[in-house]
Amino acid sequence: MLTANPQLNADKTLKHLLTTEGLPKKLIEQILETADQFVSVGDRDVKKVPLLRGKSVFNLFFENSTRTRTTFEIAAKRLSADVINLNINASSASKGESLLDTIDNLAAMNADMFVVRHAESGAAHLIAQHVKPGIAVINAGDGRHAHPTQGLLDMYTIRHYKKSFHNLSVAIVGDILHSRVARSGIHALTTLGCPDVRVIGPKTLIPTDVERMGVTVHHDMQRGLEGCDVVIMLRLQNERMSGSLLPSAHEYFKSYGLTADKLARAKPDAIVMHPGPMNRGVEIESGIADGMQSVILPQVTFGIAVRMAVMAMVTGN
Amino acid sequence: MQLDAEPMIDLLAEKIGVLSLDTAIVGIHTGGVWVAERLHMLLGGDHPFGALAVTLHRDDFASIGLHPQKKSTEISFTVEGRHILLVDDVIHTGRSLRAALNELFDFGRPASVKLACLVDRGGRELPYHPDFVAMTMQLNADQELELTHDAATGDLRFDVKPKKV
Repeated sequence: MLTANPQLNADKTLKHLLTTEGLPKKLIEQILETADQFVSVGDRDVKKVPLLRGKSVFNLFFENSTRTRTTFEIAAKRLSADVINLNINASSASKGESLLDTIDNLAAMNADMFVVRHAESGAAHLIAQHVKPGIAVINAGDGRHAHPTQGLLDMYTIRHYKKSFHNLSVAIVGDILHSRVARSGIHALTTLGCPDVRVIGPKTLIPTDVERMGVTVHHDMQRGLEGCDVVIMLRLQNERMSGSLLPSAHEYFKSYGLTADKLARAKPDAIVMHPGPMNRGVEIESGIADGMQSVILPQVTFGIAVRMAVMAMVTGN
Repeated sequence: MQLDAEPMIDLLAEKIGVLSLDTAIVGIHTGGVWVAERLHMLLGGDHPFGALAVTLHRDDFASIGLHPQKKSTEISFTVEGRHILLVDDVIHTGRSLRAALNELFDFGRPASVKLACLVDRGGRELPYHPDFVAMTMQLNADQELELTHDAATGDLRFDVKPKKV
């Protein structure tokens, strides 16, 4: 069973969305093109289309995330699905129910789709392999492993502003080691043919074998940003600050915070992205976050369209 | 078999005659938009122009899924209270028309909608009837009428072919 890609149906259409790793280029492009059709739905009088009418989407958030959960909820509602939000931290899991028992119970309530956020890598895979045919699973972030819809919405944003991935230089800056956003982004970028993906961060926050993913490593941010078209900043998770990985927020900002000086090394029309939530003054200067080159808020808007596309595609297939 | 669509477009424009000034012309992707563009020129005036993609309202989504397509709806005028001339190349079952009307109404409540089609090929499964039609013909259910641009001349023509399964 491990040989087949669990995300794909036999006819190579999308069954679940678990990771951008191994997702065929054609399918990624199809997701981005489908999202195009959904972008304008948010501007209409009636912000709804009937594709998922009568379907039940369960948002299972074993780990907190207001923004991701909200955008998935809006995406499902704009597709006319019924959305049930479960904050599992506060429910059965704390009473000792196992993950798959929770899933079985919800499936018995006739769920059509699970959107899963979990602190353990591989949770969404486990659920996808467990559910009956006809139930789709979308990974909304699992541990350090993957956050495919974030990776795809980043691709949508880059494509929107830069049109094509050929000849692009993309720099991803920050805590690469713990970042599922970075991993999903790198896989999608290399699949789409982006020739120059750079990761920038302190030695302690870059995985040792990261070059095998097809990226180059920089520890000097100024040099790493030289001539790049896209700068993806990652959130510095505060919980990492107390350990031995980093000196202090102030020190970090000096070396790896995105400032006007450092951004000047990138191309003049480079765009600045951030998956949110931002720590202003830690990984990004406030003026840059709000500046002309920032596309951080469009990322949020596009994220809804990309999630609608993924939900429509896994349901329709 | 091929049919020249150019004289049909002229005839359709003639039948439509004069539109009130505030009427918008809206084509249904893909063939309907081509016809609507031509009508927009032939009918003169300064009518607002739009295009509808019906993918998001199709009633066969549950059985065949989402059609990957690059065409999007573009309605940049106010639909509320406006007269609309809806244009398609062929009317058949009426199902894409239902989807198009749903899509249109997501932008507001029009004052009226009239339908212009180049060809009515019969086979209706829903109660829709075109207001203006250039040609009526009977085709079998396994046949398909596809509007294309002639590669050499750029003229529009219909190809009658076996239906794609």
